Amino acid sequence: MAYLDSPQIVSSRKEYADSFTLARYLATGGYEGLKKALSMFPEQVAAEVDAASLLGRGGAGFPAGRKWSMLRKSAVSYLVVNGDESEPATFKDHYLVERDPHQLVEGVIIAAYALQVNRAFIFLRGEFALGLERLTQAVNDAYEHGALGRKIFGSDFSLDIVVHPGAGAYICGEETGLIEALEGKRGFPRIKPPFFPAVTGLYGEPTVVNNVETMSNLPWIVLNGGAAFAALGAGRSTGTRLFALAGRVNNPGVYEIEMVKNTFRDIIYDPALGGGIIGDKAVKAIIPGGVSAPWFGPDQLDLPLGQDEVAAAGSMLGSGSIVVLDEDSCVVRATWRITKFFSRESCGQCTPCREGSGWLERMLYRLEHGGGRIEDLDLLLDVSDNIAPGLTWPPQQTTICVLGPSIPSSIHSAISMFRDDFVAHVDHGSCPHG
Amino acid sequence: MSHLRTELRQRAEEIVALYPTRRSAMLPLLHLAQEQDGYLTDEAMAEVAELTGTTPAEVRGTASFYDMFHLEPVGRYVVGVCTNIACLLRGGEELLEHASAVLGCAVGGTSDDGLFTLEETECLADCNIAPVVQVNHRYVRTTTPEAFDGLIEDLRAGRLDHDVPPHGTLIRVRRSGGLRADASEIATERASAREARAKREQ
Ligand SMILES: Cc1cc2nc3c(=O)[nH]c(=O)nc-3n(C[C@H](O)[C@H](O)[C@H](O)COP(=O)(O)O)c2cc1C
Ligand code: SF4
Ligand code: FES
Repeated sequence: MAYLDSPQIVSSRKEYADSFTLARYLATGGYEGLKKALSMFPEQVAAEVDAASLLGRGGAGFPAGRKWSMLRKSAVSYLVVNGDESEPATFKDHYLVERDPHQLVEGVIIAAYALQVNRAFIFLRGEFALGLERLTQAVNDAYEHGALGRKIFGSDFSLDIVVHPGAGAYICGEETGLIEALEGKRGFPRIKPPFFPAVTGLYGEPTVVNNVETMSNLPWIVLNGGAAFAALGAGRSTGTRLFALAGRVNNPGVYEIEMVKNTFRDIIYDPALGGGIIGDKAVKAIIPGGVSAPWFGPDQLDLPLGQDEVAAAGSMLGSGSIVVLDEDSCVVRATWRITKFFSRESCGQCTPCREGSGWLERMLYRLEHGGGRIEDLDLLLDVSDNIAPGLTWPPQQTTICVLGPSIPSSIHSAISMFRDDFVAHVDHGSCPHG
Repeated sequence: MSHLRTELRQRAEEIVALYPTRRSAMLPLLHLAQEQDGYLTDEAMAEVAELTGTTPAEVRGTASFYDMFHLEPVGRYVVGVCTNIACLLRGGEELLEHASAVLGCAVGGTSDDGLFTLEETECLADCNIAPVVQVNHRYVRTTTPEAFDGLIEDLRAGRLDHDVPPHGTLIRVRRSGGLRADASEIATERASAREARAKREQ
């Protein structure tokens, strides 16, 4: 049975229909974390976040406190919040922005205070029309309430937050692509080095980029202390985390559970969480961490949901998404659709990513829809190997950003785990499921 | 003469003032232009170029990178159906096919009455209510063919006008006020905060 006794840190207001309003936020402890932070020195606030050992929730899982401390010596110019959330089957930032925009705003103010930054941008995915409206309203209300603007709550700290709408491009989730978009250009990722945001970020100045969920944890951490957060979870995976569960489960949704305490089986089968597979079918495969991640089979169902645990098993927790395929799901079709996504969203700067993704997509298309050949299986792996040499995990980097080397993940997983399914497609001439 | 109508032109200038460089206002201004015309007209892109200190070619080159910007006219309602992985596993492709048949247009096309444009989208980050449909970037939580037919009827009859504004209108909540903590305003506070910090660290 799943372990469900941990505190709800970022989804504590989920039972309120008006959770997004300032009135509800204030009635449920809102902006108390900020008041406490302002009574501390900025470096003390940063030290609490460091003690919490809060791992970034955007995908890479880098400790937020460490990211900040690398920058504290040089003055940071900008804080940029990544709300582009476009990794397929990831929907937890969408949830946080629509349901608890003030919590995000409060987290951003706390981070800005710790970093002594006076200008923050929240880059929110353009397709989140309601989220953009609620967040804009929350920012307006925060100014009105004295939590933003000049001399916040009577302190000597001032901050402006600007909500910046994206316009439909997955690659703007990559932090340097996001910065380009914020500068009003195409979202082309920048080469690192030299363009590490911490060194040469927005407008060429030192910039901290953090994810929406990372920021949303800060009010609780400041109020309860970093040690209380670190006491949850285990090892490097502290606190709770929002998991976005989707696919062939009875109750897909966003669930906040303590790190490491639960397994894939718990989140998929517990009646309070996923509630099992539709029609009581068997699990065929699990895609953890977003479609950039290698897949797991049912043999990994008892793996704990922790960053290092999942990494040691050869994949990643990544964006916190979990997609379940059941025994009737077609893995060739799934792989084709994922590859089509990458091929559409490749920004086109690097040849292996731009050409490779299109080539892979066309081969998978014909396997699924007609005309696939048995040689295609080796060719798929061969082209994949050109994008990410050795097909290792984590992948070798051949391109400007990691979108390219992520393309082979699903292809390599699916062919290794379900070669027979691919062969059946070749024998049948197209998808045997119709 | 400004192509943007007075109210939008004023909002555009307010937006430009929120950023350290004019060009940063590019995406929000293109959204505004699309709010007025439903798509990006040459006149609007020329005005965005003027507002952002760029050229019309740079504006077009930037806009064409982003899926939400339309360089050709589209219907009053842009219907997006997601077929990415979570939706694929729950009938997204079938729903898209159904939508195409009901609207009488191919994916990427516009219905004969000019009211609907149909798009296949990537993941819309609402995968727990799959397959996901958005109309003008509003989630309509319509997952079955029958519900889709009802949605189209409601849209035609104007019953959803409040929830779903015409294509292009993205953010109906306007930011109240400009920057309050501009660098020049807060220079002395910043300097003394830095000084106090240096003293503590000694
Ligand atoms: C192709 C690609 C897409 C990404 N998309 C997102 C995203 O949508 N949201 C996000 O927070 N991080 C995304 N990231 C990770 C960011 O580059 C960055 O690591 C993150 O925003 C840092 O925040 P964190 O440390 O709080 O996790 C993406 C990375 C890549 C390579
Ligand atoms: S790897 Fe792909 S998405 Fe990333 S910069 Fe290169 S071409 Fe663009
Ligand atoms: S996969 Fe369709 S909304 Fe996420």
